[in-house]
Amino acid sequence: MKQFILKKKDLDAFIKKLSEKMKVVAPVSKGGGNFAFDEILSADEMVLDYIPTILPPKKYFMPQREKVLEFDVSGDMPKDTAVTDAEPLAIFGVHTCDLAGIECLNGVFSEEPEDANYMARKNKAFLIGLECNKYCDEHATCALMGTHLPNGGYDLFLTDLGEEFLVAAGTDAGEEFAKGLDFMPEASSENIAALDKLRENKKAIFKNEIATDVKELPGVFDKGAESKVWGDLGEKCLSCGNCTNVCPTCYCFDMSDTLNLDLKTGYRTREWDSCQFETFALVAGGENFREIRGDRQKHRYNRKFKYPVDKYDKFFCTGCGRCTRTCMAELSLKETLKSLVKENL
Amino acid sequence: MTEEIKNSGWKLRKGTIIEAKQLTKTERWFDIKLDDGELGHEPGQFIQVEMLGVGEVPISVSSSSTKKGSFELCVRAAGRVTNYMQTLDKGAIVTIRGPFGKPFPTKEMEGKDLVFIAGGLGIVPLRSMINYAMDNRDKYGKIDIALGCRTPKDILFKEEIERWENMEGINFSYTVDKCDDPAWKGNTGLITTLIPGLEIDPAKTYAVVVGPPIMYKFVIAELLKKKIPTTQIILSLERHMKCGMGKCGHCQIDSPKNYYCCKDGPTFTYEQVKDAKKL
Ligand SMILES: Cc1cc2nc3c(=O)[nH]c(=O)nc-3n(C[C@H](O)[C@H](O)[C@H](O)COP(=O)(O)OP(=O)(O)OC[C@H]3O[C@@H](n4cnc5c(N)ncnc54)[C@H](O)[C@@H]3O)c2cc1C
Ligand code: SF4
Ligand code: SF4
Ligand code: FES
Repeated sequence: MKQFILKKKDLDAFIKKLSEKMKVVAPVSKGGGNFAFDEILSADEMVLDYIPTILPPKKYFMPQREKVLEFDVSGDMPKDTAVTDAEPLAIFGVHTCDLAGIECLNGVFSEEPEDANYMARKNKAFLIGLECNKYCDEHATCALMGTHLPNGGYDLFLTDLGEEFLVAAGTDAGEEFAKGLDFMPEASSENIAALDKLRENKKAIFKNEIATDVKELPGVFDKGAESKVWGDLGEKCLSCGNCTNVCPTCYCFDMSDTLNLDLKTGYRTREWDSCQFETFALVAGGENFREIRGDRQKHRYNRKFKYPVDKYDKFFCTGCGRCTRTCMAELSLKETLKSLVKENL
Repeated sequence: MTEEIKNSGWKLRKGTIIEAKQLTKTERWFDIKLDDGELGHEPGQFIQVEMLGVGEVPISVSSSSTKKGSFELCVRAAGRVTNYMQTLDKGAIVTIRGPFGKPFPTKEMEGKDLVFIAGGLGIVPLRSMINYAMDNRDKYGKIDIALGCRTPKDILFKEEIERWENMEGINFSYTVDKCDDPAWKGNTGLITTLIPGLEIDPAKTYAVVVGPPIMYKFVIAELLKKKIPTTQIILSLERHMKCGMGKCGHCQIDSPKNYYCCKDGPTFTYEQVKDAKKL
């Protein structure tokens, strides 16, 4: 795939060209050091030096709340229509950790039976990644997870080389778009050398945050199944579900029906759920398969560092640090991993 | 901008209740005929019953796949949707999704002796397998059936059970937890008490066990005493379910293995789930 150059002064022209074709969202400031992906019309609305957004881009693939079915039970025979509201969308400035998160969700929702709603949105998304040249903050564990470098999953990928961005195409659609812009020449060998140098420098900046190879983690989780770490987390955790809401790879959901005021028509909603809620694994009859908070926290960690490794040969933590940043009880993923490793390796 | 999507997993199948019967105070039985033909299930699978505007629930298909033209459900009033279903009668339209899940290993069990053990509502899914074995009697060896429930009043499918009881080559026993009815001729006591008396050749026996979580621990302990291999003890597990398609995450089983009850189960060998925190 080809590589191109985008001068920073041409960024606005780039965004404008993109908006001619589709809606464009990018990180914008929400004050107080918080950022969110939101619609933009010009480059000056976005902030490219940002720490992970409050919600990851998953909100565009699997909205917090979505209608999946409309029904009408007024006649003799109920009618139903499966619906989605996918529209062409460019997501600009997606960090490598979040690209990795989208790849995880793609795996889950494309697995048979495919999730038609998710796939409809995914197929209309145009992803433009952005490399991190330095850490966002002390909560990230992207070097541990190997997500501080690009690993596919984008149409175009930008690396800041100072005056300009090096823009790598990842798909035909990405390459076509860049080729069509007369202000985006192909990258020269000097540009590529500058990229290599930047990647080399990153090695000194990004260091495995828990100083243990990620491949050891599934074993650590096996051995630490009864660790006191889980009880400690359970003591402090408030079961608020913030950590799962903000996680780029959490996708568990709830379904519910709503009747309109005519009591005849209505719709079925899919909504984010959280394994941290007490009722998540509760069944009629009163049996609760994860009654205590420590068990629910262990479950969340297993679904990042153990189960998906068996199932998809992939870790479902991108090291983005959102769960730690958002936790009301100040529980840290990095510290939890460190304690587990210390005890069980 | 809302568009209709074809072949979405949320699309529904429609059918009509052609027969309904109250089996006990809390359990109602339905015979349902689908507009688009056969349900196409295998013993041990379940469907999502969709009460539009009320909600959806996973319910086992209780009839065997050998029964053609319609399929049966038996629903206990347990909450919002299942209580609503108690009001449904002959002629009512129902919508469903499915069938879902991994069926009982009917093929692997061929040529083997079978022990069927069900406690409480466990008879509902197990019945699909028992009737399948009855309809394919020549494919299976000796059959033992051990059933249990709380009191004689809670017995489901009484007439059918009597038929099994009187069939040749079937060893049948029934127990109730407690009973003050002098007419009761079966056993009294927990279902585990029926197992020691079974005559089993463990190597050529499959035990299929369905019941509430609390039952599994004790029944399995008895079966292991009988030396039945862990790969030949088959269970059907219950979990909170929302999608039936391996997506919503609710039904994950806490075990070192990554199992979704809806997709990798609900039927499992004991070997698969023996390390699970709860069965
Ligand atoms: C594979 C499988 C097969 C089943 N087969 C039968 C059957 O043949 N007959 C029968 O009477 N019951 C069966 N159940 C149990 C039945 O699904 C629950 O009683 C029912 O979901 C309760 O829903 P509700 O709306 O009435 O209760 P509420 O308590 O109001 O439940 C609300 C929601 O929680 C979830 N939920 C609650 N309890 C359960 C549960 N036990 N299992 C799964 N999800 C639950 C459902 O999504 C439900 O919509 C089965 C469960 C599973 C998992
Ligand atoms: S578990 Fe935490 S650090 Fe890992 S991907 Fe989810 S939110 Fe990010
Ligand atoms: S954000 Fe923190 S307090 Fe809230 S559920 Fe997650 S770990 Fe518990
Ligand atoms: S019921 Fe949704 S994953 Fe099993």
